[in-house]
Amino acid sequence: MIAPPPQLSAPGIGDSVGHDLLEVSLGPHHPSTHGVFRMDVVLDGETVVKLTPVFGYLHRNHEKIAEKNSYLASIPYTDRLDYMCSMTNNWAYVLSVEKLAGLAVPERAEYLRVIVAELTRLFNHACLAGFLLQDMGALGTPMMYAFREREKILDLFESLSGSRMMCNYMRFGGCRCDLPAGWLEQAAKVAADFAPFLDQFEALLSENEILRARCEGVGVLPRDLAVNAGVTGPGLRASGVNYDIRKVDQYGVYSRFKFRVPLGGRGDVFDRYMVRILEMRESLRILDQALRDLPAGAILNPRVKLRNLRPKAGEAYGRIEAPKGELGFYLISDGGPAPYRYRVRPPSLVNLTVLEDMCLGHAIADVVIILGSIDIVLGEVDR
Amino acid sequence: MLGCGILRGLIETGRNFCGSYYDPARLTTVQYPEEKLAPQENARTIPFLVYDGNDPLAGLRCTACTICELECPAHCIKIVKDTAKKPDYLGKMQFQPKVFDIDIAVCMSCGICAEVCPFDSIKMDRVFELACDHRALVFHRTDLAKSNEYFRQIHPLEAAVVDASRAEERRKAQARKASSPVPAAP
Repeated sequence: MIAPPPQLSAPGIGDSVGHDLLEVSLGPHHPSTHGVFRMDVVLDGETVVKLTPVFGYLHRNHEKIAEKNSYLASIPYTDRLDYMCSMTNNWAYVLSVEKLAGLAVPERAEYLRVIVAELTRLFNHACLAGFLLQDMGALGTPMMYAFREREKILDLFESLSGSRMMCNYMRFGGCRCDLPAGWLEQAAKVAADFAPFLDQFEALLSENEILRARCEGVGVLPRDLAVNAGVTGPGLRASGVNYDIRKVDQYGVYSRFKFRVPLGGRGDVFDRYMVRILEMRESLRILDQALRDLPAGAILNPRVKLRNLRPKAGEAYGRIEAPKGELGFYLISDGGPAPYRYRVRPPSLVNLTVLEDMCLGHAIADVVIILGSIDIVLGEVDR
Repeated sequence: MLGCGILRGLIETGRNFCGSYYDPARLTTVQYPEEKLAPQENARTIPFLVYDGNDPLAGLRCTACTICELECPAHCIKIVKDTAKKPDYLGKMQFQPKVFDIDIAVCMSCGICAEVCPFDSIKMDRVFELACDHRALVFHRTDLAKSNEYFRQIHPLEAAVVDASRAEERRKAQARKASSPVPAAP
């Protein structure tokens, strides 16, 4: 994609004070852009007057490949969308195939899905908080603490699914394999250790005066703009909109768990950071309940045909609350072995659309933390 | 008071720094390659072909049914059927592959081939030190064939299930053979 050249000669900008605007190409290999993302930033001194996001460097033709492959063969490709959270990607995809083909899921599989999805949310938010603090100048320490915890969860995923990040765990009609021996105890221990880690993580920087001065009031996303732009996930809730698909759709077995939806007030970078910390605490509550109530039974609906699935002609949209926002898959079937149309609604890309509105008028150094607070993964933005 | 938050954070950093000196549980880094983590039962990297007996090619369980070739998401498997047949573990004549290639550079280690294989022939390996100084990354059936003993060693639980089900099938087949009426000699 080629960005249109910015209007450097816009009236009222630059010429009144007798100096030129500076156009900076930030990325795609800049360490602060969280992947191969590029921003064309037009600066007046240090102030951002225009920002154009440029993406597509990681385009892999995901949707077209899925329209050629069978329904089963698309599951490992969804792992590679948001490569931090393969479990939730799997879930969103299999949920839409289940809707399309009308497949039932055993209860144990639903609980396992909740458990792995909440574990995914835990480490995604922990890593995001770590990266964000690193962007703000807390070099290394918070990120390393977050990665230490993430490693424990990835070990759980490896012993469950065989792979640390590309889990390929869920199947339409259930999950691929049952828990290995001792997994539940290990997961309960990881969950129990996570709350002290969160206390420690918060003590590290949440109260830090320098940090708060740096990010309070920066990158405010107004409530109306967030709703109109289709922003979802923690970014939307930080702006004070009570919208969590786990509560709205109650997909899976989420209606059985007691948890609250943390909301922000101002919608600035600090709120987006804090909402994620609070969401991790709620995820721990869900995890405790799910690990306690996990029923016995089958994990895969025996009547589901994994190979040669040919759903009746029709369409379905399945969506879940992924850690980054609403992740949806829109599938149209013409009765064939592959979807006629396969469309991903990625939260990262949609949340990115408000980047310019949040950045205008701020300094160039703030652009980095505002981008960091949106939480994007380029595998999902570019697909 | 201004500065309290900064001090709290510094105390936390200090605690973590000092903690790593007296508590070995805090030292989470594994010093690879001198030190390696214990492998997991489920770990998967690239596929391999299981053979029974001593001859890697004659003992291949693969019957060249091409299900894995069709289902592979990355289309990295290529199979050509041999015209000659060979008896399988039940004594039934089955096809065998003349060519069985996997492009390891394309394979994304998803494990779908192993999942869909109805003959328990293709399984996931857990070798990960595959770096090499050449480009011969298409593995032929001679490179892919590994013994059932190796499979038992890397996936003990799964191999036990597979072995038991195959032994059961063989027992049933023999029972059928024994009970079927033998044509009387003239």
